[in-house]
Amino acid sequence: MKKMSLKKLLAKASPLRSGDVLAGIAAENEEDRVTAQMALADTPLQRFLSEPIIPYEEDEVSRLILDEHDNVAFQTVSSFTVGEFRDWLLTDQADSQTIARLSPGLTPEMVAAVSKLMRIQDLIQVASKCNVITAFRNTIGLPNTFSVRLQPNHPTDNLNGIVASILDGLCYGCGDAVIGINPATDSVANIKQLLFMLDDLITQYKIPTQSCILTHVTTTIEAIEAGAPVDLCFQSIAGTEKANKSFGITLDLLKQGMDATLSQNRGTIGTNVMYFETGQGSALSADAHHGVDQQTLEARAYGVARKYKPLLINTVVGFIGPEYLYNGKQIQRAGLEDHFCGKLLGLPMGVDICYTNHAEADQDDMDILLTLLGNAGCNFIMGIPGADDIMLNYQSTSFHDAAYIRNLLNLAPAPEFAAWLEGMSIFNHQGKLQSIQNGNTLLRLTSEAF
Amino acid sequence: MSKNKLIITQDPWEKLRQYTDARIALGRAGISLPLKEYLRFKLAHARARDAVYQPVQTGDILSSLETDKRNVLLLHSMAPTRMEYLTRPDMGRVLNHTSRDLLCSEKSGFDLCIVICDGLSAPAVNATAAAVTNGLIKLVDQTTLSASPVCMVTNGRVAIGDEIGSLLKAKMVVMLIGERPGLSSPNSLGAYITCKPKPGTTDEARNCISNIRHGGMTVSKAVRKIAYLVEEGFRIGETGVGVKDKMNDGYTPLLSFRTDY
Repeated sequence: MKKMSLKKLLAKASPLRSGDVLAGIAAENEEDRVTAQMALADTPLQRFLSEPIIPYEEDEVSRLILDEHDNVAFQTVSSFTVGEFRDWLLTDQADSQTIARLSPGLTPEMVAAVSKLMRIQDLIQVASKCNVITAFRNTIGLPNTFSVRLQPNHPTDNLNGIVASILDGLCYGCGDAVIGINPATDSVANIKQLLFMLDDLITQYKIPTQSCILTHVTTTIEAIEAGAPVDLCFQSIAGTEKANKSFGITLDLLKQGMDATLSQNRGTIGTNVMYFETGQGSALSADAHHGVDQQTLEARAYGVARKYKPLLINTVVGFIGPEYLYNGKQIQRAGLEDHFCGKLLGLPMGVDICYTNHAEADQDDMDILLTLLGNAGCNFIMGIPGADDIMLNYQSTSFHDAAYIRNLLNLAPAPEFAAWLEGMSIFNHQGKLQSIQNGNTLLRLTSEAF
Repeated sequence: MSKNKLIITQDPWEKLRQYTDARIALGRAGISLPLKEYLRFKLAHARARDAVYQPVQTGDILSSLETDKRNVLLLHSMAPTRMEYLTRPDMGRVLNHTSRDLLCSEKSGFDLCIVICDGLSAPAVNATAAAVTNGLIKLVDQTTLSASPVCMVTNGRVAIGDEIGSLLKAKMVVMLIGERPGLSSPNSLGAYITCKPKPGTTDEARNCISNIRHGGMTVSKAVRKIAYLVEEGFRIGETGVGVKDKMNDGYTPLLSFRTDY
């Protein structure tokens, strides 16, 4: 019998999700899936270096992955099959430092492959051993910390409305990962206005955090050229050249965005300036998947991200809809796979734990994923007032959810931000939320008209 | 002090709610969401969920349509169930065989074809689709433009309008479709305007109007905007990125339209 291609094997071995069924590449039935997982377990990791799942000549992401592969680092596991790699990752031998040293020797496809053979507890166990620490104006990803992106979106970018949500989030201890707005209007004039507003706020209240407007990299570059205060450069990325093209980007353009942002030199304690978002299914929805399963392509997006040493990267796991991840179970598994794969590849992974109203999911599903990700050592989540994004029309995690997971697992915000929270009397001396007094200076925001 | 005030830690910035519909200043029970707020959220989610699964009230819409002179064609996509509709967008873009045969047997060759489609929110369609259709037809009836029978599709996606338009040989399709429901807007109708519709048309070739609902864009404004985009589409021979919305407030589109087609 002819040997199945790695691409086909990975797709068949992938745990069930609607996007792979839609693409027509999923296993035909449960037995077919487990048989493929057994074959994948016996596949040597070496094969991943000699058989690119998308040809080297056709795709710049394939070229990036293979050109940057660190063969010396790879030696630790070079004799393993995928199955042996899974078992080894669970041993004490594979400790934090060993995994960090190995990371440049791993390709996204290897990491995707091993994740497909892992149970939820394996994904959590191994990811919890990975510490990925980044810095700009504060330090994100330290052990026993848990950060939050404050997402104060407003359907018309009304500045007072945005500030109201920012105040709400800060008073719940959120905003240490970034204060990041998805703008309703992408014009440079509007982006500039939002950037200046956030910069004023951060400067005036001496908040040890960074701001970001989540617009296209070309718009960010234009804003920089127009003199706007840009802390971080945002971009959505995917795992194939063609899908990235549908986002209007190339690897070179990302480099330009990074260089332009670095030239601003606005970080006080670190130089990680990129913020990326990803999500399983994006390549299929752009008809740019090359017959590769959505989870492997997602890992390849992390292969793109690691080139640019981001401050933050998060999968927006349930946003894309039920044709890619049908229900809570599929969203949960995907969120943990994405977190695991990103961490193994050395990325500061966060997760937008979320769902849309046409998916079979609710707040209980989000609570489960949040609790599991907290235990897996996830770097950050989103914080949205009441979990309801009134601009993007989906549900994510709330400021209350962030307080829950920090309280449950005894996790603190980024240390610089935690100190600020205490200074502002938002946290007490034990690092717990305390009731905000009417005289709190932060509440002056309410009297300032924008 | 009321019992509630003893249990719930209040957030002293309620007055900021005047600036945003975001769920701010909710207070907390311990560090958690107060039950009252959780139930309020749950009700909104329940309504949005129900919106996805409710059927369109076809009979009510038929009786509200002021289309005595035209018959209405009832069509169905290839997606037989709601579950398949949600997981197989490809099936929602294509008519089933019966519907295809029906359209093939119809008279064809029109300037305009209006399609009403459930999409992801039947309540949106139930609430406003008939009114928008009536408004458009009223405008079209004052011009020399010809309109096809109104088509009503179940389990359809936006692109199914391309197949319908091409089978009826319509020069322009106006697709009215229920949008992905949000917590605060489970009943939002979208309108997609596509010139020279044919299967395989991509989204850059359409113009879209969103958020037509009570509390969002009004029916009369939506009708004017749609009519304007139709007029512009005819004028420049295409829809999509080439058409810019520059309509003046006082302008009533289509009324002076004299078609050369």
